[in-house]
Amino acid sequence: MTISSLLETPSELTDSASSKTAIVLMTRVRLARNLAGFSFPGWAKAPQREEVFAKCRDAVAAAPQMKRCFNVAIGELSDLERQVLVERHLISRELSGAKGGAGVIISKDQAFSVMMNEEDHLRIQVLRAGFNLKKAWSTINDLDSTLEDHLDFAFSPTLGYLTACPTNLGTAMRASAMMHLPALVISNQMEKVVRAVNQLGMVVRGLFGEGSDASGSIFQISNQTTLGESEEEIIKRLGSVLQSIVEHELNARAKLLEADAGKLFDKIGRAYGILQNSHLLSSSEAMNLLSLIRLGVDLGAFADGNRSVIDRLFIEAQPGHLQYAQKGEFEPGQRDMLRAERLRAEFANFTRPDFSFNQPEKN
Amino acid sequence: MANPLKCDLCSKPATVHLTQIVNNKVHKVDLCEACAQAKGVTDPSGFSLADLLLKASLNPEPAATGVRCEQCGFTQNDFKKLGRFGCPACYDTFRSVLEPMLENMHSGTTHAGKVPTRALERKSLYDRLTKLELDLTEAIKSERYEDAARTRDEINQVKQAFNQQATR
Repeated sequence: MTISSLLETPSELTDSASSKTAIVLMTRVRLARNLAGFSFPGWAKAPQREEVFAKCRDAVAAAPQMKRCFNVAIGELSDLERQVLVERHLISRELSGAKGGAGVIISKDQAFSVMMNEEDHLRIQVLRAGFNLKKAWSTINDLDSTLEDHLDFAFSPTLGYLTACPTNLGTAMRASAMMHLPALVISNQMEKVVRAVNQLGMVVRGLFGEGSDASGSIFQISNQTTLGESEEEIIKRLGSVLQSIVEHELNARAKLLEADAGKLFDKIGRAYGILQNSHLLSSSEAMNLLSLIRLGVDLGAFADGNRSVIDRLFIEAQPGHLQYAQKGEFEPGQRDMLRAERLRAEFANFTRPDFSFNQPEKN
Repeated sequence: MANPLKCDLCSKPATVHLTQIVNNKVHKVDLCEACAQAKGVTDPSGFSLADLLLKASLNPEPAATGVRCEQCGFTQNDFKKLGRFGCPACYDTFRSVLEPMLENMHSGTTHAGKVPTRALERKSLYDRLTKLELDLTEAIKSERYEDAARTRDEINQVKQAFNQQATR
């Protein structure tokens, strides 16, 4: 499979029918695995990296989940192609910058992605639209067991799966959810939420992981620790934290409507106007406007079916995707023009917001 | 004296010989009087061999960087610098460094999750097979043919288990 056919195939993230979920955009689980007897990628010499890469590549490509997969060494991809995969959360920025002896295998539906020789020999990931932690864990558990039949993983009975960084020891599992939390951001409650979540042993990050900002009010929440609890326990704990964040967001929305609906509707209406009429849009401004439209969909100002359009645009408004669609590289200024053009076209036939759901009942 | 020990720091004849055990690894240094004084070796409470060795840029020996992973050559210094280990075997080599860190890093210190049962089973069968094959060679060499026959039967059993595991 080539990268262009991969990107044209409907994917879990861009074309999901299950974009009905208002707050959790997607869930993701990743496992780190290493081969016994080999140095970790960051320390291995080039020939050993190549050897591990070849071994892993054979085993992963043979898994039934990877039928007709996209299988590539990182060196075979252009900078732009790498950026597109990063924006789709299919590879990490670290892998994107890797030199020789590294690569990725991605399933046809883009639900599974296995990075090879990133920080660990294998980084196995599954991505699901919506709030679906248990299902994500069970599918990745199956893929991991399939790989285990062909690869000898480095494992210690007391420390669990051995990873390059001791912070990943044990289950070597990071489960996360991408959450859209506009009302908590508007009402300045995010800082409080982050603190509370940290105290529960979970971490909050921006859309693209460590160090990224939270444009579009999208946050990634994941487990901090990996040793001392089983995968199921971690997932259960994370699940209940996510559930309570969902409730807080819903409360915050109700309060915004109650306190000053006009102000909120003004924000949504203006976002709609800008998206329809602007000629220059930076990536972060676009994300914030789209976030308000998505909030509008959740509240009932726009038709429900538009949610998946917004979710797709969240990704397609990213710089890599924009340039990839135009088949060329552009300066940031030109990109802002292209982005505005793209969004104007998308919103030209987007039905106007209807805020009548909030009208007081007439006598 | 055929080969008098020289000071590790300045190459004068060494008169102070010190052995210290850190993390189950033995380190030896030989120093001259002056260097021993200068480094405070005579005051055992304030002296750490590892520190001395790390600072001894004159010492070209590999021991200069402290404990070293036999499997991959990674040192404790590398860990301080990179925050990551060199290979799976480093977890044994640097156990004493790591253990106190785990409590702060994680919610527990013992693995409670998935175990790669089939891979472990495969490894134990493989280890057993390797040992039996050695036994067999040994038995034939010393003409213990009854032992050899028994070992051969056992080898066949293990091989069968191995194949069964592979096709399951």
